[in-house]
Amino acid sequence: MGSREKILAAVKTNQPPLSPLPSNWQGSKHTTNLKEQFIQTVTNIGGLVIEVNSVEEIIPAVKDKFPETTRIVNLLESPKPTGASLGDPHEFENVTIAIMQGQLGVAENGAVWLTDKQMGDRVLPYICENLVLVMKSTEIVPTLHEAYERIGSSDYGLGTFLAGPSKTADIEQSLVLGAHGPKSLMVYLLP
Amino acid sequence: MNDTLKNHATLAEKFNRDIPRVDWHDKTLWFVREKRDKAANQIPDWEKLRETASQIKNNVLSNLHDYLVEFENNAQQNGITVHWASTPKEHNEIVHRIIQQHGVEHIVKSKSMLTEECGLNEYLEHQGIEVVDTDLGERIVQLAGEPPSHIVLPCIHWKKEEIGELFHQHLGTPKGNADPQFLTSAARAHLREHFLHSKVAITGVNFAVAETGEFVVCTNEGNADLGVQLADVHIACMGIEKIIPQRKHLGIFLRLLARSATGQPITTYSSHFQKPRAGQEMHIVLVDNGRSERLGSEDFRNALKCIRCGACFNTCPVYRRSGGHSYHTAVAGPIGSILAPALDMEKNADLPFASTLCGSCTNVCPVKIDIHDQLYKWRQVLVKNGHVTRGKKFSMMSMRFLLSHSSLYNFSGTLGRWVMRNLPSLVNNKFNPWYKQREMPQAPAQSFRSWYLKNKQHGK
Ligand code: SF4
Repeated sequence: MGSREKILAAVKTNQPPLSPLPSNWQGSKHTTNLKEQFIQTVTNIGGLVIEVNSVEEIIPAVKDKFPETTRIVNLLESPKPTGASLGDPHEFENVTIAIMQGQLGVAENGAVWLTDKQMGDRVLPYICENLVLVMKSTEIVPTLHEAYERIGSSDYGLGTFLAGPSKTADIEQSLVLGAHGPKSLMVYLLP
Repeated sequence: MNDTLKNHATLAEKFNRDIPRVDWHDKTLWFVREKRDKAANQIPDWEKLRETASQIKNNVLSNLHDYLVEFENNAQQNGITVHWASTPKEHNEIVHRIIQQHGVEHIVKSKSMLTEECGLNEYLEHQGIEVVDTDLGERIVQLAGEPPSHIVLPCIHWKKEEIGELFHQHLGTPKGNADPQFLTSAARAHLREHFLHSKVAITGVNFAVAETGEFVVCTNEGNADLGVQLADVHIACMGIEKIIPQRKHLGIFLRLLARSATGQPITTYSSHFQKPRAGQEMHIVLVDNGRSERLGSEDFRNALKCIRCGACFNTCPVYRRSGGHSYHTAVAGPIGSILAPALDMEKNADLPFASTLCGSCTNVCPVKIDIHDQLYKWRQVLVKNGHVTRGKKFSMMSMRFLLSHSSLYNFSGTLGRWVMRNLPSLVNNKFNPWYKQREMPQAPAQSFRSWYLKNKQHGK
């Protein structure tokens, strides 16, 4: 008998009588202003939220913030990364800024959901030095429960909740931003 | 128990020799515990979340067979190759075979307690494959030739000056520089090279969803993601208990995990891997290693609900003051002490005794595992099976006799208080392990019982 059969047989014999799943989650009512809470939480986890009125404002604002930038990959207009032949993720090693769309934000934890459809290349949100996410403030939900309701059974290759810049506190619990991934994260909120 | 084996009390004694360091270790972990409390208190539904998580995990254990089959099916349809391993050896061989097929000699690995449990690094190094742990804390202990001392904070026992010296030796940083920011950026540059040149990346798994065949990996550093997105092959290793039924259940577990672990509202990255990217290979290795057997034990199966948040470590007064290495197993702390005896009763017979049974672990556990009850039950199993020293067995048996005979209990209390007041050296000696690193307190003249009876009579 192979290991698969052996393990499954042992599990079947040993698992206890069926214990039912709890009923659907019903949380307490949320009374806070979602946008304010989201902005506060993202700030607390080391990110930055900037409100803008239109997409056109974003690129000049980003360039203003990072005058030294050498390579920007902007995925807002087209989901194909500009300035790179698709195929080898290593080509993005020197990207200073990547700009992409976020699908929804979670007020309670400051996370933004996006999938490989928005990433261009899956490595981009992790390998770039600074990450810029763009989303509508109407896409902010209170908690992860509402977020998963929205995500539903949608199909993706890779989906991720991204909360703030990459960080570590492994050296004596001192927080350092920019462990392996982006050193900074900005969220541009459209009305 | 064979006293020449590694033993918690002896290892803890070594750790306890440096008192300021023990105090520092204690405080650092308590700081993390306080962050957890603050985060939990901000969620009005916290207790309801814990209860729901516990019920979902109970359901998982009771229906694990079907969930595993469902997960396998869906994962395969998503283009993921699924492997099954009964033992650590089988797990290591499967991983090795995949690496060999790609003719690779250097790989990167993000945090996975399962691969620690299986001794994967050692095994692969034996086969001539270099494994680079990419989590900063894990890389630090790896460079030092040590195992992690905590499942979430692998190098919590290291001081920054020591890390500075370690990096000076291995990464060539200037001697004497112990600035965390500087050291982290040195590690970033060093590990970036490994990310860029590794064709195979291994990760652990935090949750695997039966309904969708996807699995979720949580990190703060982004090391898991960077590793797999630059590699041609992603191998994810998980214990069979990591399954959850539906995607929406992630909402419950992800709200609990990081808050319990470090007090953060969520980890920076919670990546949901559903399909390999074009041209990439994705493998999942499902490991049993005693889990299916434990599932049959009513007393001990609940330990399989663990989501490895580490909260029980940070709150444990014994862990905080004895250090992770004193547990001599991959998973230390209270949860490690109830997992390890099932794997090897003789080698780990000391661990269920490395606890005060204060119950703090049970109180913080996000999935409501009855940790301290299981510690107590393990003690009974171990005594019954002859896995404790004769001294400990004798004192446990005498206690049982005493506790079931109340008049004798009252008398021995009077005697004990008299001895502690008049002949303190009888208890404050090296034969009493409780006296190590402690002074025995002054014994009160009166027992609580006689105080209570007297005051009750006085109508108070
Ligand atoms: S036993 Fe509970 S508290 Fe301890 S690591 Fe597991 S889930 Fe966390």
